[in-house]
Amino acid sequence: MNIQTSALLLIALAIPARAADIAMEDQSQILTGAGAPASDQYFQPPQERELPDNAFGKLVQEGRAIFVDTKNRAPEYVGNGLACANCHLDQGRKANSAPLWGAYPMYPAYRKKNDKVNSYAERVQGCFQFSMNGKAPEADGPVIAALSAYSYWLSTGAPTGQELPGRAYPEVPEPEGGYDLAKGEQVYTAQCAVCHGADGEGQKAGEDYVFPPLWGADSFNWGAGMHRINTAAAFIKESMPLGKGGTLSDEDAWHVAAFMNSHERPQDPRLIDGSIEKTRDRFHANDGVNLYGEIVNGQMLGKGI
Amino acid sequence: MNVAHWSLAGLLMAVSAHALAVADPVTVYNQGGVNPAAMACVTCHGTEGEGMAAAGFPRLAGLSANHMKKQLADFASGERANPIMQPIAVALSSEEAEAVTMMLAEKPPLDVERIGRASLVQGLGQTLALRGAWDRNIPECVACHGPSGVGVGDAFPPLAGQPAQYLSSQLNAWRQGTRKNDPNDLMGHIARNLTDEEIKAVSEYFATLTETGAGK
Repeated sequence: MNIQTSALLLIALAIPARAADIAMEDQSQILTGAGAPASDQYFQPPQERELPDNAFGKLVQEGRAIFVDTKNRAPEYVGNGLACANCHLDQGRKANSAPLWGAYPMYPAYRKKNDKVNSYAERVQGCFQFSMNGKAPEADGPVIAALSAYSYWLSTGAPTGQELPGRAYPEVPEPEGGYDLAKGEQVYTAQCAVCHGADGEGQKAGEDYVFPPLWGADSFNWGAGMHRINTAAAFIKESMPLGKGGTLSDEDAWHVAAFMNSHERPQDPRLIDGSIEKTRDRFHANDGVNLYGEIVNGQMLGKGI
Repeated sequence: MNVAHWSLAGLLMAVSAHALAVADPVTVYNQGGVNPAAMACVTCHGTEGEGMAAAGFPRLAGLSANHMKKQLADFASGERANPIMQPIAVALSSEEAEAVTMMLAEKPPLDVERIGRASLVQGLGQTLALRGAWDRNIPECVACHGPSGVGVGDAFPPLAGQPAQYLSSQLNAWRQGTRKNDPNDLMGHIARNLTDEEIKAVSEYFATLTETGAGK
């Protein structure tokens, strides 16, 4: 083998290696097609005071601490200013806020998209690569171990492989006339800017974000589930303003979700050949309602930041 | 006021381009405003704006100037009803309010340890502060007021080290509707969902977070 072919081989090896870096490219929730849940009662995770005072209890608390203070506790894997608990309210306990007890018992699970049985570790690695705009913690490393222990403990007594009520953000119907970015901006200014800042930049106390940045370089990237307007509208309707969930109309939740997601944010790490169009066709065209690769105010979104 | 103080004020005026439009904050703070009803701040809020815990008068040193200006405007309008502050806020000129709040904002805030949601909790007050009561849609206090309640921006003032009596009287004022000057009722709806026991406990918790207390 001469030097030239060796170099070509290296390049050829490098390209698929980049794609394989993404632990789980599809971040949507697993649907089993199971029937209606047997009960409307939400699953009740155990109380913190019930945690045993032993090695397991300590590991669970480490996971909880990473979950609420992710940037400080897992800095090498976090590329933005967010914490897991920003989107999974009440430390991942709250029904209708994508609680960990609704996700953990769904794994391992086969997914058609990557034609394999995915582990919970792979799902969490995806969170770090997209929502946290960082890199995947090692599947056998301490961060995944602690987060898995916390999720496992919160799921104590939950049935496995069964969709539990309250496991998602409840869907909100899109307004009949579609969403309206100008109305979204009005809602944002009136209801959101006091915490998240006039330009979505979030607010800090010292070095730490208290209110998460909603767009820009310190927010989630274009591959995160929250970049879908339908997902963001569902989250916002249920949980925003913080502590006053359910107060926005369905229409306003959509308008303001669209306004949030009509701003630039870090690039989708699945970017294909540097092409927004190719990446849109492959990953965004059939991924709910989103603005990746669309023109807004004369600018194509998806350039990254 | 002694002669040295006057010459300091004179020097400040000489170097300031806005000298004639701006009231002297030290005079306003220590002596009161031009209108005699605008009584001196120092009497209740302490020589360095540290407050007076025994009487429940809050610390002002290191608070956001915009936050304090808004409170003065709201005392004057009655959005934040308070029999002591209302006549003072009415009597202060806007220049005096501007100057004195700017001066207080530049004083050092409390330097306390940052206790956030990752910490373990003990007792009702700390549990409410760091865990909230989400079954009633009550977020963790630190979710908006920052770790240890050190305060965030113009809208979320510091709770750390404020007198327990002050904090509980504010929560009760929101509950009773005599204070209604928060953005979008963000604090009011929380206060109305708290019990007497919770108000007492959480106020006492934040009052302990001082440079010499639990927050050191």
